[in-house]
Amino acid sequence: MTLGREIARATKPYPDRHSAVLEALRLAQAEHDGWLPREALVEVADALDVTPAYTRAIASFYDMFHVEPVGRHLVEVCTNLSCALVGAQRVVDAFEGELGVRPGETTEDGGVTFRTVECLGGCGYATVVAVDHRYRHFVKPEDVPAIVAELSEGGGNAGG
Amino acid sequence: MPAASVLLAGVDEHDLTTVAGYRAAGGYTAIDQARAMTPDDVIELLNDSNLRGRGGAGFPIGRKASLIDRRSPKPKYLVVNADESEPGAFKDRLTMGKAPHRLLEGCLIVAHAIEAQEVYIYIRGEYLAEYEILARAVDEARTTGLLGGVEIVVHRGAGAYICGEETALLDSLEGKRGQPRPRPPFPPVQGLYGAPTQINNVGTIATVPKILELGVDEFKQVGVDTSPGTAIFSLSGNVARPGNYELELGTPLRELIEEWGGGVADGRTLKGAIPGGSSVPILTPDQLDTPLDYNAIQAAGSFFGSAAVIVVDDRCCMVQLALRASKFYMHESCGKCTPCREGTRWLVQLLTKIEEGRAELSDLDLLLDVCDRILGKSLCALGDFAVYPVSSYLNKYYDEFAAHVEQAGCPFGGESSIEGIVAPIDQHAHHPTAVVPS
Repeated sequence: MTLGREIARATKPYPDRHSAVLEALRLAQAEHDGWLPREALVEVADALDVTPAYTRAIASFYDMFHVEPVGRHLVEVCTNLSCALVGAQRVVDAFEGELGVRPGETTEDGGVTFRTVECLGGCGYATVVAVDHRYRHFVKPEDVPAIVAELSEGGGNAGG
Repeated sequence: MPAASVLLAGVDEHDLTTVAGYRAAGGYTAIDQARAMTPDDVIELLNDSNLRGRGGAGFPIGRKASLIDRRSPKPKYLVVNADESEPGAFKDRLTMGKAPHRLLEGCLIVAHAIEAQEVYIYIRGEYLAEYEILARAVDEARTTGLLGGVEIVVHRGAGAYICGEETALLDSLEGKRGQPRPRPPFPPVQGLYGAPTQINNVGTIATVPKILELGVDEFKQVGVDTSPGTAIFSLSGNVARPGNYELELGTPLRELIEEWGGGVADGRTLKGAIPGGSSVPILTPDQLDTPLDYNAIQAAGSFFGSAAVIVVDDRCCMVQLALRASKFYMHESCGKCTPCREGTRWLVQLLTKIEEGRAELSDLDLLLDVCDRILGKSLCALGDFAVYPVSSYLNKYYDEFAAHVEQAGCPFGGESSIEGIVAPIDQHAHHPTAVVPS
């Protein structure tokens, strides 16, 4: 199915097509290597009959949309209070060491974008790390090398 | 007090993610009872139950339902707030993951009460696994003929704390940036697509079926008079057994932390406990006997909030904790109103100055002054939420803040448990060095 038709289908549950904008951007992001280049914002705008300014305004507001290129995989470490209190920064440090990039950066081979994020809602299972949007609970610094190895072997795409 | 089961009743014995499993646990009988009643009678029953909103404000669900203008020619909508994003809270995720049909049955009962044909469940975008479970549950309920003509749509957010605020949630659901609306008009009069809209939290709606199953009198046997029922308390931070505990309202904070949670982890000393998620004032160890219900926590100077209890031990620097919380609120401020947009930035700047040992004592007064200029002056509660951690930590741990000034640096000397924590806003300085994947 083309993106335009997928977006048209996403508008079905709503009396107003604008309500599908988040889903539409999510679909577009999945088709554009995990981020929203200008042409993706235009495609979504055309499909929803809104302006590209509208889709850009939405994309820049919500944290799950990326308006700059990202790696094939996305590693997100929660550093909000509950995770911070039980040592999230040591997990961040471990990823920094293994990946060789700072939080907010992408590895040179384009393999992994690594960033810290606000509360993911797993506070009782700290530290919480989302790897390609799937939660890992109780992550300790010593678990990090295996996670990174898994990503370099696995290939694949982070998608939307 | 013993554990009590309403929201999670039957999860250990049955697979409540299927219609058959939920029926085996007594599910989908309450909806038949409700549909045999008039909408007015269902609303009266909700009023009698005195069920209060579990999302934070504690507004009684029956009163909310009675505000819906059912004579309006417009459609009526029920919107479920499943945008659980309050730091410390992870309970709605459990309810949706383990007992999705209880939430759906609650939706159908409340939809009947307010004569709504459409229900939107707004789930935060990060809850991918729970979205999948909930979407499957809706499909199964539909094909089993349980929806009775009501359409339930599971709508995914895309990462914005502010969308947990009910009018921001409505704007987001309408396809806009999630920014709060000025009120009045309130959602029961003019909500989603300009139509009368009831908005409730997952925990509130998922409690409703049990009120009918048990009957109002038995439902009110647990909890306290002013707040009947149970809540799932999300316990996290420096505690031996963190996790979700469904307990009667009115359970003392001490019991939650010491008996259910096994006490402070690693044999450390309790420094404070935040009772309702990061946005409420902290309680000190001498307040541990506070019962966890709306009125009692308020009498202790804090809020029930989202029933998320964060335990803080003696290794944590309170200036750093206030700074980390402030960075969160600055990141999540939607930018629509000035006190919150500018004020949260001021809080971060002042707390950074204090933590780095560059502040004077007068800066502590300035910090409280900035708090005062945000509190109660913002379009929505996010401004207040940004203030409560800062002002309560400063007031209750004043000596520790003052020590930063007097010693011209952090008295923890780099040994605080959250030393160097990197918040998302700290990443804005450097952008991805990315290679565009080919």
